[in-house]
Amino acid sequence: MEQLAPLIAATLSAGTPLLLAGIGLVVNERSGVVNLGAEGMMLIAAVAGFAVGFATGSPAAGLIAGAVAGMLFSLIFSALAIGLVTNQYATGLALTLFGAGLSAFAGLSYVGKSVPFKTTFEIPLLADIPFFGAAFFKLHPMVYFALLLTAVVAWMLARTRLGLVIRAVGESPESAHAIGYSVRAIRVGAVAFGGACCGLAGVYLSLIYTPLWVEGMVAGRGWIALALTTFATWRPWRVALGAYLFGSVTMIQFALQAEGIEIASQLLSMMPYIATIVVLALISRNPAFIRLNMPASLGKPFHP
Amino acid sequence: MLRLEARPIPSTLMGYAAPVIALLATVVFGSILFATLGKNPVAGLTVFFITPLETVRGLTEVGLKMVPLLLCALGLALCYRSNVWNIGAEGQLVVGGIVAGGVALLASPASIPGYFLLVLLAGMAGGMAWAAITAWLRDSFNANEILVSLMLSYVGGLLLLYLVNGPWKDPKGFNFPYSKTFDAVAMVPKLVPGTRLTWGIVIAFLALVVIWIFVARSKAGFRLQVAGHAPLAARFAGFSAREGIWMSLLICGALAGLAGALEVAGPLGQLTPQFSSGYGFAAIIVAWLGRLHPGGCVFAAFVMALIYIGGELSQSRLGLPAAITGVFQGMLLLSLLTADTFIHYRLRRV
Repeated sequence: MEQLAPLIAATLSAGTPLLLAGIGLVVNERSGVVNLGAEGMMLIAAVAGFAVGFATGSPAAGLIAGAVAGMLFSLIFSALAIGLVTNQYATGLALTLFGAGLSAFAGLSYVGKSVPFKTTFEIPLLADIPFFGAAFFKLHPMVYFALLLTAVVAWMLARTRLGLVIRAVGESPESAHAIGYSVRAIRVGAVAFGGACCGLAGVYLSLIYTPLWVEGMVAGRGWIALALTTFATWRPWRVALGAYLFGSVTMIQFALQAEGIEIASQLLSMMPYIATIVVLALISRNPAFIRLNMPASLGKPFHP
Repeated sequence: MLRLEARPIPSTLMGYAAPVIALLATVVFGSILFATLGKNPVAGLTVFFITPLETVRGLTEVGLKMVPLLLCALGLALCYRSNVWNIGAEGQLVVGGIVAGGVALLASPASIPGYFLLVLLAGMAGGMAWAAITAWLRDSFNANEILVSLMLSYVGGLLLLYLVNGPWKDPKGFNFPYSKTFDAVAMVPKLVPGTRLTWGIVIAFLALVVIWIFVARSKAGFRLQVAGHAPLAARFAGFSAREGIWMSLLICGALAGLAGALEVAGPLGQLTPQFSSGYGFAAIIVAWLGRLHPGGCVFAAFVMALIYIGGELSQSRLGLPAAITGVFQGMLLLSLLTADTFIHYRLRRV
């Protein structure tokens, strides 16, 4: 039991970037837009946020800078895929390739540097509870923020007018357009929200989770977050479930090593990717189930 | 106010002009980038587009880079034409290289002459097997091929890291993560003595001819394209969508695997952790820039090879990091997508 508490804490920390990005992408995709640029936006935000955090010495400034960087980078996608009606898949892919290149280039002077920020905070009183304190109440505030964000987005999508409009635009842009909503403006907004969330996820990695900048450090988490939206059938709370599930897969390797089981680290590092493939295959097995839950106009361009 | 208006029929002219416009736009953006970094734009562009072509050595290096780019792009273009979004050519290339490397490590001076052909076949088989996973999961489980093929690229990269750090590590390699160097019989012969260019470039062009004939003249190639362009028409004609998924992915896997084999058994002669330099991803750009046409891919692979060499040269000539290659690649694809809009749309004043 005692060894389990730090594992739970580590799982929550590892799942947080996936949750942040996944929640943003759910809003993004509920509006009918697939942005495969998640990985690229996370990389850009990771380096931009690291640079700001490193220069100012303020983790909050770094986190905000990361979110802003992710949002600004998503505007490139919006300009092309929404403004110029380019193919969403190709444009997202281009954004990821560009983000990977630009972040490697911009981050060269930060390679090997690290930031001295606190990565865990103890909540007074609660942290002293045996077991639960170590498992749930000695984490970074961003872990709780991600959950709060999930709750807000779940409420927003299901219960508010804004959520209804976003979903309408994703299901039937023609109808939404006909009753006077600006489909493109709403989609740009949803993509920008996705960009900001992916940005937060990226900068969480470089300032809190790792905390240093390494080229390509996002290591496919943007793609895993994209897979999560399918896994979750575009529902916020299921994204949280999936994110922590994947977080626990990452943690199994440390648990195995702690148990003294000798497996090469490279083979263990494969596990999140293999898990993504397996989960994706199982959830997609029934095409009707996916189609039932998927925003009907996902990936289809709209030109008024 | 300007407004996008759909053209009644797509513009053929724009189809050909878009890659050229994208290239020019990249040059302009590149000049701005050089200027902001405090470098003379003319000197910068010279390093990228002129210097590599001035010497025999430079030309052979460009040819060398073209091999994996062209092979992967040919396969990817086939996939995209059949509406199969394979973006995992990188993984297929890496696993092809691994299997080829495994066979090459078994070679000894006593092996049969022409052993390198076995190595190349092994590479193709490896790439095909890796692509087959994506095809199977898409076909039997309806799993999104974009995500699966990309995840498999990460797995392939880690497999390579494991092998060169573990079982295949050269015991006499001073603890570097490299395999033993291959025996000479396992290596692809040199085409130009004194340079690194091998017969790989000839093989790549042979593959080009075969794929071109397949796409333009064969019935199977025709079925693939119908399935891609008009899935409904393909269904009414009785063409199988499953066939399209399997065939395009297996061919792409074979070509990417061949590219990996030519890389490890060509200029490198051993397995190294980063033998690919992202060719499989750059080839996505090559395929689009080449208009998903085999002939266009040659032109595009040449441009992309220049960008690769230019990036390496800019390190020594301009003091700029080689990572600038990635920036150029991204700008090129984004410019291309922008220009492509005007195949189907035009701007109207309203």
